[in-house]
Amino acid sequence: MSTVEIKNLHKSFGSLEVLRGIDFTVESGQVVCVIGPSGSGKSTLLRCVNLLEQPTSGTVVVDGVDLTDPDVDIDAARRHIGMVFQQFNLFPHLTVRRNVTIAQERVLKRSKGECDRVARENLEKVGLIEKIDAYPPQLSGGQQQRVAIARALAMNPSLMLFDEPTSALDPELVGDVLAVMRKLAEDGMTMLVVTHEMGFAREVADRVVFMDGGVIVEDGPPEQVIADPQHERTREFLRRVLHPGV
Amino acid sequence: MSAVSEQQATSPAEPRKGLSPRKKQRISRVIQYAVLVVILVVLVALADWKAIGESFFNLDVAGKGLPELFTVALRNTVIYTLSGFVLGFVVGLVLALMRLSSVAPYRWVSAIYIEIFRGLPMLLIFLMIGSLPLAFPGFELPGGVYGSAALGLGVVSAAYMAENFRAGIQAVPKGQLEAARSLGMPHMRAMVSIIIPQAIRIVLPPLTNQLVTLLKDSSLVLILGVTAAQVELAKFGNDESSTYANPTPILATGLTYLLITIPLGYVARRLEARQGAGR
Ligand SMILES: Nc1ncnc2c1ncn2[C@@H]1O[C@H](COP(=O)(O)OP(=O)(O)OP(=O)(O)O)[C@@H](O)[C@H]1O
Ligand SMILES: [Mg+2]
Repeated sequence: MSTVEIKNLHKSFGSLEVLRGIDFTVESGQVVCVIGPSGSGKSTLLRCVNLLEQPTSGTVVVDGVDLTDPDVDIDAARRHIGMVFQQFNLFPHLTVRRNVTIAQERVLKRSKGECDRVARENLEKVGLIEKIDAYPPQLSGGQQQRVAIARALAMNPSLMLFDEPTSALDPELVGDVLAVMRKLAEDGMTMLVVTHEMGFAREVADRVVFMDGGVIVEDGPPEQVIADPQHERTREFLRRVLHPGV
Repeated sequence: MSAVSEQQATSPAEPRKGLSPRKKQRISRVIQYAVLVVILVVLVALADWKAIGESFFNLDVAGKGLPELFTVALRNTVIYTLSGFVLGFVVGLVLALMRLSSVAPYRWVSAIYIEIFRGLPMLLIFLMIGSLPLAFPGFELPGGVYGSAALGLGVVSAAYMAENFRAGIQAVPKGQLEAARSLGMPHMRAMVSIIIPQAIRIVLPPLTNQLVTLLKDSSLVLILGVTAAQVELAKFGNDESSTYANPTPILATGLTYLLITIPLGYVARRLEARQGAGR
């Protein structure tokens, strides 16, 4: 079954058309990496999947629910779609524990004990159980991002969205976050990942989508899109990403 | 002084005709000290120190105001101030949320309220509240003078606090709301649990200053006509000084205000400094 089904998605900001007819699906358990130059609409596409941006036209179906249907309860739909941001966006005034429990408690109405159990389980998973009583500003960027992943996972999402999760990190901290994501993929999580980490895309992704100018230029397995791109624009982009400065 | 002589003065090679800038500065400072000394001498010589001491620092008179200065007057001042602050805080927060609402009429109502109540003197607000029974005979605000005081101080400070809260809410990074919404929190829940707590932290310094302002403005409660049990600091000082025909109580009242306003001001500056460092 497909977890995400996007049909003819358009998105404009005023007169600027950022997404110009996107069609693609993510099958359940698949990892799809989205690559493309800056401004090509990758973040906008991702944000349309949980309706942080309202699509101008087209349909976005997640878990069989059409999110563009005006009658749909968007808050209920978002509970099952985890999102990880480039800037982490942890709640700085709350402890790590509270960051991971607050939505469970307020949104899913889980009991205190249950919230705590789930928080520990997920912090364990990202290797940060010892930071459970710390505040986000006391953590490194890499640690904050892993807490953010735990926070999203605590809601038992059926889909995880990642928007350049390692772009704001110092190079030596990237590995820890990618390792967590790799583990998540191995465990069968459905993931849609905007990234510039070509190594990760090549090794972990089932499919790689190359976007440029608000359209999908190329969509296929990594060994095709990254290793043997069919389009000149993809080749040009990959040349710049894989051999910067050349 | 002409440009030519100035140039000469600063040129060390030339024989000096005028004074060097450093010498001039020193002379100017000597003159300033001299003026100060003369003023002090004149004050000491002319002032009637015995009369001043008896008038303003009369411990007998000051002692008669105790302990009521603290147990009644200060206590009432604090009650008026805090009740006004709480009302202003709640209404101000609601006004700020209205100001940021996507529903235009809410924004208008809030904007008009803020403009009106920031534009009127607090004294006038108290006069209006005092005149309500004239307009509606038999009408009485719940809580009597305490209710009226809270209302007067609250409606005005709400306008100021609304602007503080609005700035605070807007200072919380956009990603915070997005993160909260992406976890399935409805808009209001995200505001209450995530955005507003951070906004309040940001506006703590201006809110503390607002508290100082309210403490001072609570003196206007005397307009409402208060009983001896409801008296606050300013009126208490005034009454005592008429009773004993001596201004010492007014001075004592002033010191009591400072006892609170100076530490609060210090707290506000500390909070501000800490935020500056945290950025
Ligand atoms: N809220 C907005 N209002 C107006 N324009 C926007 C908004 N969000 C994005 N855009 C514009 O849409 C275009 C695509 O932005 P988007 O963030 O989706 O690109 P991206 O592929 O994620 O780029 P990057 O790699 O730099 O993150 C850009 O030109 C951007 O300026
Ligand atoms: Mg982006």
